[in-house]
Amino acid sequence: MSRRARLVFFAVAVAALAVALGVGLAGLPSFGAQLSAYARMLNELAPGQRHVTDVVSAISFDYRGIDTLFEEFILLSAVAGISVLLRPLSDETRRLPQDKAPDRTIPPPSPAVWLLAVFLSSLLLLTGIETVTHGQLTPGGGFQGGVILASVLYVVYLGTNYVTVERFQPDALLEASDGLGASGYVLIGLLGLLAGTSFLSNVVGLGVTGDAVSGGTIQLLNVVVGVEVAGGFAILASEFLDQTSVIRTKRR
Amino acid sequence: MSQAVIVVALVWVAAAGTAVVLTRDPLRQAFTAGFFGLALAFFYLSLQAGDVALSQIVVGAIALPLIVLLSLAKVRKDRE
Repeated sequence: MSRRARLVFFAVAVAALAVALGVGLAGLPSFGAQLSAYARMLNELAPGQRHVTDVVSAISFDYRGIDTLFEEFILLSAVAGISVLLRPLSDETRRLPQDKAPDRTIPPPSPAVWLLAVFLSSLLLLTGIETVTHGQLTPGGGFQGGVILASVLYVVYLGTNYVTVERFQPDALLEASDGLGASGYVLIGLLGLLAGTSFLSNVVGLGVTGDAVSGGTIQLLNVVVGVEVAGGFAILASEFLDQTSVIRTKRR
Repeated sequence: MSQAVIVVALVWVAAAGTAVVLTRDPLRQAFTAGFFGLALAFFYLSLQAGDVALSQIVVGAIALPLIVLLSLAKVRKDRE
């Protein structure tokens, strides 16, 4: 494509974008405007209908649960795509990094770093489980809690070394949790069909609003999403870590 | 009062976003992008969007810097 043709293409694209953006921005509610009718309605209805105190969770895992189902599969396919892209190629080998100065041993991490890693990883584990299981009560939920759970492994890596963190993340377990979490969402959705209503309808006992176990399928979906996201992000981290730590181009 | 918090958040987002653009070294950019993510999380929190703020924190502070830093490490190792 010649320079002139590219410039014409660019000008047309910019004009179209400017018109679309201008029309869209002009139609936005003004800053600090009152909540929309839909938002007010859900704020009013969700606590009574679904026994939750976090209306956002009720929207993303119940009223709009099907959207979240597709988002789960977007994440699943993204993680699968990264695993395929970052696999060891035919001209690459896996081997642990060689020590370039064998006469000097690498000092182990200091006890302070080790203690900090133990302290932080247990705290992160607790925070992650709390965020996942309290999705229907407070901000947060399966996605946020899942990433926090996966970050426990990063802390283990930072506090120790590659070999130790490999022991904590068997590939089969990570892949199983990613797949089981994603399929669990569909299975919980099918509960609605089994009960004779529609897919993803909230058919489990709703419990008392504000209780640790409440919200019916909203809480269950948060848990399976937490398992999926934790597995997915751990796979992501381990694939990237493999690339930097053990995958080398073969010497020719 | 809440207006003032939103103004602070908006100014912070604008400053952090500009800093990300002006940082040319990818390694430093990973850090400024982390601060930009933190600013965005604070902005969402000032608008009382707690769920979005939490998502922003986990993506902006954990996922994105990790991927950028590990990719940079891989690229540098290959150059050696």
